[in-house]
Amino acid sequence: MPTISVDKAALFQALGRDYTTEEFDELCFEFGIELDEDTSNSDRPIVNGKQEPPQLKIEIPANRYDLLCFEGIALMLNIFLGRQPIPNYKLVEPANGELQTIIVKEDTMKIRPLVSGAILRNIKFDQARYESFIALQDKLHQNLARQRTLVSIGTHDLDTIQGPFTYEALPPKDIKFAPLNQTKEMDGEEMMAFYEKDKHLGKYLHIIRDSPVYPVIYDSKRTVCSLPPIINGDHSKISVNTKNVFIEITALDKTKLEIVNRIMVSMFSQYTSEPFTIEPIKIVSEHNNETRIVPDISPRTTQAEVSYINECCGLELSPAEICTFLKKMAYDAKPSATSPDLIDVFVPPTRADVLHQADIMEDVAIAYGFNSLPRSFPSKSGTIAQPLPINKLTDIVRIEAAMAGWSEVLPLILCSHDENFGWLNRKDDGNTAVKLANPKTQEFQVVRTSLLPGLLKTIRENKHHTVPMKIFEVSDVAFKDLSLERKSRNERHFAAAWYGKTSGFEVVHGLLDRVMAMLKSAFITGEEGLENPAMNDSQYWIEELDEPTYFPGHSASVHVRIAGKDHVIGAFGILHPTVLENYELKYPVSTLELNIEAFL
Amino acid sequence: MATDMTSPILDTLSASDASILSSEAFPSTPSLNVKAALDRLASRQMVEYETIEKEIAVLTPEGDEIATNGSHEAKVFQAVLAALDGLKIGELPGIVGKDNAKIGQGNAFKKGWIKKDKDLLRATTETIVDETRELLLTVKNTQSLEDQKALTDLKRRKLVALQKVITFKISKGPKFAREFVKEETDLTAEMLTNGSWKTAQLKPYNFKAKGAPTPSGAFHPLNKVRQEFRNIFFEMGFEEMPTNRFVETGFWNFDALFVPQQHPARDLQDTFYIADPAVADRPREDPENDPHRPKSIQPASAATVAKPLDYKQYWDDVRQVHESGKYGSIGYRYPWDADESLRLVLRTHTTSVSTYMLHKLAANPRPARYFSIDRVFRNEAVDATHLAEFHQIEGVIADFGLTLGGLIGFMEVFFAKMGIHQLRFKPAYNPYTEPSMEIFGYHAGLGKWVEIGNSGMFRPEMLEPMGLPKNMRVYGWGLSLERPTMIKYGVSNIRELLGHKVDLNFVETNPAVRLEKD
Repeated sequence: MPTISVDKAALFQALGRDYTTEEFDELCFEFGIELDEDTSNSDRPIVNGKQEPPQLKIEIPANRYDLLCFEGIALMLNIFLGRQPIPNYKLVEPANGELQTIIVKEDTMKIRPLVSGAILRNIKFDQARYESFIALQDKLHQNLARQRTLVSIGTHDLDTIQGPFTYEALPPKDIKFAPLNQTKEMDGEEMMAFYEKDKHLGKYLHIIRDSPVYPVIYDSKRTVCSLPPIINGDHSKISVNTKNVFIEITALDKTKLEIVNRIMVSMFSQYTSEPFTIEPIKIVSEHNNETRIVPDISPRTTQAEVSYINECCGLELSPAEICTFLKKMAYDAKPSATSPDLIDVFVPPTRADVLHQADIMEDVAIAYGFNSLPRSFPSKSGTIAQPLPINKLTDIVRIEAAMAGWSEVLPLILCSHDENFGWLNRKDDGNTAVKLANPKTQEFQVVRTSLLPGLLKTIRENKHHTVPMKIFEVSDVAFKDLSLERKSRNERHFAAAWYGKTSGFEVVHGLLDRVMAMLKSAFITGEEGLENPAMNDSQYWIEELDEPTYFPGHSASVHVRIAGKDHVIGAFGILHPTVLENYELKYPVSTLELNIEAFL
Repeated sequence: MATDMTSPILDTLSASDASILSSEAFPSTPSLNVKAALDRLASRQMVEYETIEKEIAVLTPEGDEIATNGSHEAKVFQAVLAALDGLKIGELPGIVGKDNAKIGQGNAFKKGWIKKDKDLLRATTETIVDETRELLLTVKNTQSLEDQKALTDLKRRKLVALQKVITFKISKGPKFAREFVKEETDLTAEMLTNGSWKTAQLKPYNFKAKGAPTPSGAFHPLNKVRQEFRNIFFEMGFEEMPTNRFVETGFWNFDALFVPQQHPARDLQDTFYIADPAVADRPREDPENDPHRPKSIQPASAATVAKPLDYKQYWDDVRQVHESGKYGSIGYRYPWDADESLRLVLRTHTTSVSTYMLHKLAANPRPARYFSIDRVFRNEAVDATHLAEFHQIEGVIADFGLTLGGLIGFMEVFFAKMGIHQLRFKPAYNPYTEPSMEIFGYHAGLGKWVEIGNSGMFRPEMLEPMGLPKNMRVYGWGLSLERPTMIKYGVSNIRELLGHKVDLNFVETNPAVRLEKD
């Protein structure tokens, strides 16, 4: 969630009163934002010889783009507190009726096909407003615009450039301009090299670098306004003294493009000479049917059901009451003329998060107060509790292992490829393990196919413990399984490890016998044949196993016969000394690992 | 092996009418041996004793030598006196020894016992009083000296040392007897058989020591907390969901939950994607023989005919609700990418399984309560509070006509069962719930409100594509298993709680978990 830092004194002035930290925290809590920190009593940085005034750091829900700046927070809280009406945003065409125009060239389809924009006429910045204007663009770039990949904003001093503008896509070599705050002119390729190491801009270069054409916006005199999504030209840069701001926005995503436009103009049009007025511009884009006048700041008209809102909230509000609550949340709303169960709702251009009447219903609940809602207990339907069968079986095995004196451990499920294969003297046949594409460390390369790596690492980290150590785990491993929708499946395993001065081979064997006995499985040997011929119970036997994980001659596979069907469910043995060396273990280890799903 | 003093003590005491002093009765026995015997006798009230500590003066080896043979100066005097015609100074060490000559000569001059006559020493008197020797003899006989100044002087000269001695004043106890019956260390089967238990004296039990350590297994502390939560869910009528499925598709983990494909949670920075196997199938029915297919037990009266689930329709409706909106939603309005939906991920939450279960429920919509507690995966940088894996506790209630107040009321009971009685709810954002509420509980120990979970009602855009009826509403809530455990038990580093670095001693000594009391 984004955190916005606002000047405490300025915000309280905008809200018309002072708040204690607790009072303001409470207001935020009720409204659904979170006061992270009040820096009044902290060490604040000194900027240009002056200590930064106290800040309020406020966490904003990720879908409330209208709260990403001081202006939005102050506006929405003032509306919530009933101190300010909902602004009536207006498009005002220039006196001569000639709209500024951006003409879109078809080549932009190859790289970044969409453009929008607006003009804020006769705006009055001061230092704080100007900084907030810049910071909002940054926040929108980070969040909604997904690091400028989907949308990017350029703002210009309109008085330094002249329309009509063109939005084009040209080979990098053909674009020559001095980027923002640079005096040296460079072409597109040189610009890439110039910002390669730039801490701030370097991370955006990849968005267009390898494209044969770069997007670029020119004014009518071929002045480069910007090279989106990287940087603006220096020529048209804005300052605190700029009077007329030209906003251009380019994008891959049409919905987000218009959301960004609406947020930019709705937040800052309050500083124009006639507050909340915006000058529209015309986009000419015939090739993709995107010729239009932007921005569209008319409220979205929708309807919400009174019965739905009341049922969900557990309230019995009248349509008029619902409308009153909605006004606190910046909607305009009135009971519908068509049906007593409907309310006509006008969603303001700032509220891109409202998709469904569920969102409107939630805002009624917030305005009413979550903590004031009548509380009840949902008790009209009876349901039947039941454990997941594999978890019930797991508990049986866990309880038996613990009662037998073994301690349960809980290692991680992800491990390195070596830990899962090479260190156990096992080969990866490529058809076994689920492998991760983007782990941050080598510790997490595969989903384990065995519980042994976790047990052995646990022993390695617990060498201060007295020996013998006897540990176990009952948990899932995962395997590739191309027959399934998700191409993989989990399998519930039980594993135990003994670490001591002697091998403990017979001890883990004894644990196997105990768990098998508790699962009603009788021991049989090849020589004796079926010792217990009761076919409704299961039998198990072991066979000598030759696997490089184990010490030669001292490992066995475990077989069960359940309802006449044979399964190999696992193995136990003394670990091979090379395995011990890989895991940095100095005493002998015997392990047991079983797939318990056959007993389901 | 120390001598057993029990018999000598009993013998001496029986021969005496009054109390005895150990220093007199057993002057040469180390007091530790005496005490060991006295403790054994006293523990069965055969004797009583008090400890007397006093300080005595004893002679050092040098002091003892002087007490026996006289002081250095006395020896020098005797030697000089014996040489009738005076003694050559150079011969003195040869007669009395070097040390005596050196110290004694000076002292004898000081005392005026001898004088120097050219190179000869001559006695000035016939008889002397050797005071040092007299004092030392007194000390030797009485182990003390009344003249404190002289005693200090002897101490300084390292002829006398002070020593603490412990003496026991011993008297008969209420159960005094001449004989000390041999102690048995334990009651044995043999004693029961031969009847010797009737006369046997059992060694008194040490009630101040711990018993023998019992060998025991242990459950992992986190699983103990997990079991408490499972019990709470069972007490409240919940069915456990099949979360034994780490690998999910983008569809089940995100798209079906109405999480847009550009949502930051789907970044490589946050979600583990699977390289191999690479691509999933579109959603379809589980195989018939899958042992993990949920088989809810339902009362016969509730059984109605399940309608078959149309997975193709579900896929198309999910696409549409994202791309252009449906069910009264305007949707996110972006080009929805089927390939993105078929990417495989390690599930980032168990809500993917809740989604799967709710979709199954649509075959036969009825009130249902589901829960799960299982591992989830986030591609996070590891630090004291973050691991790439943790456990998510998740609950789901589906019913007709559920209200937001009902969710709050339910949470009050749910958290009261784990000992949290003061809750408040903050509006929040979550892509798949609307309304969304963060749950805060008052933590008396920390004196503040602590976020303890997230909750909400699942969005219609998630439920209606499944085919659930519009008037069926579904609560969902979740919390991590680790966070409440860390808060409850003051664990500051998550790596001390989950993973191979957990201390096995912590596992083995962690007390039973009782959430409602802890």
